[in-house]
Amino acid sequence: MVVLKDESAPIRSSIDVMRVRQIVREWAVSLGFSLVDQTKVVTAASELARNTMVYGGGGELRMEALNSDTRRGLRLTFSDQGPGIADMEQAMKDGFSTGAGLGLGLGGAKRLANEFAIDSRPGQGTTVTILRWNKL
Amino acid sequence: MAEQESKVAQLLKKHEQDVLQKWLSYQMSSMTWRADLMKESDLREQSREFLQLFIEVSQQSGPGADAAAWKSAKEMLAEVSRSRAMQGFSPSETAMFVFSLKQPLFDTLRRELNDVEELSREVWSTTTLLDKLGLYTVEAYQQSRESVIARQQQELLELSTPVVQLWDHIVALPLIGTLDSARTQVVMERLLEKVVQTGASIAIIDITGVPTVDTLVAQHLLKTVAAARLMGADCIISGIRPQIAQTIVHLGVNLADVITKATLADAFAVALQRTGARVTRVGVKE
Repeated sequence: MVVLKDESAPIRSSIDVMRVRQIVREWAVSLGFSLVDQTKVVTAASELARNTMVYGGGGELRMEALNSDTRRGLRLTFSDQGPGIADMEQAMKDGFSTGAGLGLGLGGAKRLANEFAIDSRPGQGTTVTILRWNKL
Repeated sequence: MAEQESKVAQLLKKHEQDVLQKWLSYQMSSMTWRADLMKESDLREQSREFLQLFIEVSQQSGPGADAAAWKSAKEMLAEVSRSRAMQGFSPSETAMFVFSLKQPLFDTLRRELNDVEELSREVWSTTTLLDKLGLYTVEAYQQSRESVIARQQQELLELSTPVVQLWDHIVALPLIGTLDSARTQVVMERLLEKVVQTGASIAIIDITGVPTVDTLVAQHLLKTVAAARLMGADCIISGIRPQIAQTIVHLGVNLADVITKATLADAFAVALQRTGARVTRVGVKE
């Protein structure tokens, strides 16, 4: 697997969240994602970027365009140095939110991605990685 | 040092009109001159003013763009950059205002100074100075552009979201763009106001122009639907494209309690039916 492109973007404000959606869409288009796949990865990115901003107190998105023999992928890593997630099982459950949202963001992002990983340490921050492959 | 450097100022003072004329003709014959964007008289005025400030300032403290005495020259350049950014000049066209002074200035120096070492010293100090001022112009240009962009962002946020009446008792809200919470609040209020004003029983919210429907957008939509229902109007959400439909399913958002349609036309048909209206073709033979 080869990394074609590797860039980072800050997530500090809702304008940054908007920009994340735009950049992720651009990347998905350039990787040849179908309209449905574009929409899925952009929506997942939107959820996770907003979590980073609202619950993580801001952070960063790292985007990697991947290339393997048979397919292309987009890996997005959202990291923050916020308070972390106290109860992971609960956080992943649909309908649970410590804020005012619908509580579907994390679970939804997981379902919208092909691969999903979350690492959180209370007091140190949270890192969420998703990977979406382009069906060829 | 100061005595040597004010040589430029001395020479400039002596040949001010000549330098100004040459500078003007050079600017106007250059590729970067935009007669379409700016009047000649304005250019003449700006050039005269800048040349005077340049002389004044190099007299006072010797060339050194960082000295406090350069403040007025910088202010003038900032104003020039700002107005040119507004007029539509490119950054390099704007910077050329300063850089183009080099040619007439160096011509004068070459003519008046016979000592090679003195000449090269003066040319060097003058060119350094003008480069600094030129770069400052670009910076000022960029700043004014950024302020334009910031203002436009503000204006976009305030983009009006009209609620339109389609028929008796039917209103529609075509949503366009990102539904961040500040705008959603405005949109929601407008829709509810219009419902009261028209006594509408059906409100169609069209999301064809919303690029991404994530859980926050869905939440805003659901809240709007619930509020409209409390006021006695049923909502139909239309403009749900296939990719959005799939995404909503994956997100797990429950829109089961809301009537949804693929297109605004479908939604309008349902709305007409519900309000007891019917569309028939007139004058067309079956």
